[in-house]
Amino acid sequence: MITGNEAIAEGALDAGCRFYAGYPITPQNELPAYMSRRMPQLGGIFIQAESELAAINMVFGASAAGALAMTSSSSPGISLKQEGISYIAGARLPAVIVNIMRGGPGLGNIWPAQSDYFQATKSGGHGDYHCLVLAPSTVQEAYELVKLAFYLAEKYRNPAILLADGMLGQMMEPLVKNPKSKIPNPKDRRKEWALTGCKGRAPNIVKSFYMREGDLEKLNLALQKHYQLIQAKEERYEGLFLKDAQIILVAYGTMARISKVALHTLRQEGIKVGLIRPIALWPFPKKAFAAKSSSKVRYLVVEMSYGQMLEDVLLTVRDKEQVEFLGRAGGGVPSAEEIIKKVKKIL
Amino acid sequence: MNKVYSRPKALKDVSTHYCPGCGHGIVHRLIAEVVDELSIRERVIAVAPVGCAVIAYDYWAFDCSEAAHGRALAVATAIKRVRPETIVFTYQGDGDLAAIGTNETIHAANRGENLTVIFINNAVYGMTGGQMAPTTLIGQKTATTPLGRDAQLQGYPLKVSELLAQLPGVKYIQRTSLQSVQDILKTKQAIKEAFQNQMNGLGFSLVEILSPCPTYWGLSPLKALEWIKDVLSKEFPLGRIK
Repeated sequence: MITGNEAIAEGALDAGCRFYAGYPITPQNELPAYMSRRMPQLGGIFIQAESELAAINMVFGASAAGALAMTSSSSPGISLKQEGISYIAGARLPAVIVNIMRGGPGLGNIWPAQSDYFQATKSGGHGDYHCLVLAPSTVQEAYELVKLAFYLAEKYRNPAILLADGMLGQMMEPLVKNPKSKIPNPKDRRKEWALTGCKGRAPNIVKSFYMREGDLEKLNLALQKHYQLIQAKEERYEGLFLKDAQIILVAYGTMARISKVALHTLRQEGIKVGLIRPIALWPFPKKAFAAKSSSKVRYLVVEMSYGQMLEDVLLTVRDKEQVEFLGRAGGGVPSAEEIIKKVKKIL
Repeated sequence: MNKVYSRPKALKDVSTHYCPGCGHGIVHRLIAEVVDELSIRERVIAVAPVGCAVIAYDYWAFDCSEAAHGRALAVATAIKRVRPETIVFTYQGDGDLAAIGTNETIHAANRGENLTVIFINNAVYGMTGGQMAPTTLIGQKTATTPLGRDAQLQGYPLKVSELLAQLPGVKYIQRTSLQSVQDILKTKQAIKEAFQNQMNGLGFSLVEILSPCPTYWGLSPLKALEWIKDVLSKEFPLGRIK
């Protein structure tokens, strides 16, 4: 038995992460505490940074030097890191950022929430960029997906966010360490671009600054091409009962777990409910909706927010009449009963 | 005939983008000379944060990283920790090191990171158009202190080197200037010592260099050098601070 926060730390270490910098914030404190204990045993580097800003910029530096680097925080701390994440994306550096979301806005509270979806998926800092975003719904999956996050970050030289919430971070579940799950490809770890000292080669420069006319537009066009490639290849989702469903619940992370309880209860009553659980939030799994978008199936988006992923579902389904929403935030979590009631009201 | 003076290998053969009379070009060259003399070009990594010198990598022929404004020492800390065999230095202006990045400066110093810091103090923000810096003198006119810096409103020139000298993690701090050839040679010696300290694993070393900014001081290059001697170095005394 292990908490979600510790499982994420363990997954990161199994992926080969050997640099962690972070700043204390609830509800993710078990993660840095675990790293502070394990990192030195593995010959890695753990730094408790003086601020969230320092932590994300240490990740920038460690990644520039070729290390597999990670930071973690929770919502207000992740807001502080946004400038650094934008630099990481602009400099084409791989890095993993873990956000164990809590209630906002402002200082909010330490209850679980999913209110940072926009920030994670739509480029939370300045500039046209995207982070890969993965959303686990169990402790086991948190372990698997942080390994995948490192694999994808390294493969695409792009920041990847693991987006979970305080409930998953704090919850204890059994963990089976799976040596077969994806870890960074050695080919992606050669990193001819890394800063190592320029022995036997031309100097390397890590930067995101392009002042000469046209250069920054070129970088942006290259990034857009890069994002299209990721969108084509990295959609991920779990689908349940999509073939016969009259109504499909759309939920991720903790909310997907609760939605599954509602789904099975409703199925026992003979109501044909399905579930789309996005595992990647960016790229958003549009394919999951493709089979059903022409028919008159209804979708119920359930979130611990007031409708953030909802916008991506609407952009995908394109028919407002087909999409319903149930959401609570600020520490409120829609219950299975609330979902069941809403489904019955819709049908 | 012997060639007695040439461009260091660590300095690229390019024309400068700096204003006439600016001190950055001099310090870039001094660093390149020291890197050559210590034979570390192939293991040195520079961190250049936002400021006039953010494109220092256009001049230096060794590995360089950009850093966000104020974050040079966070970036450098990580690079050095990941690659302890490299020689890592930051090149920071007064706004970067002593305003937006004060936190990173104090904490990297306090951790005793084995790094070399080259701190360019020209008492103004150059890149953004000559605004008040933390090191701007009382009475000094800038874009944001049109009547001169007023201690009642804007506080006092911040002496970061003296502050840092209190920290046990700091091993070496020297303040020099570029006001004369003799001072330039002393600056080079200080830079060399700060690099050697890192090579010997001694810990955090910083060289603060009083550097001319004729453009935003509203002075000719020659008058700017005189102003360092007669005014700036009175507020920021030269010499070994730690």
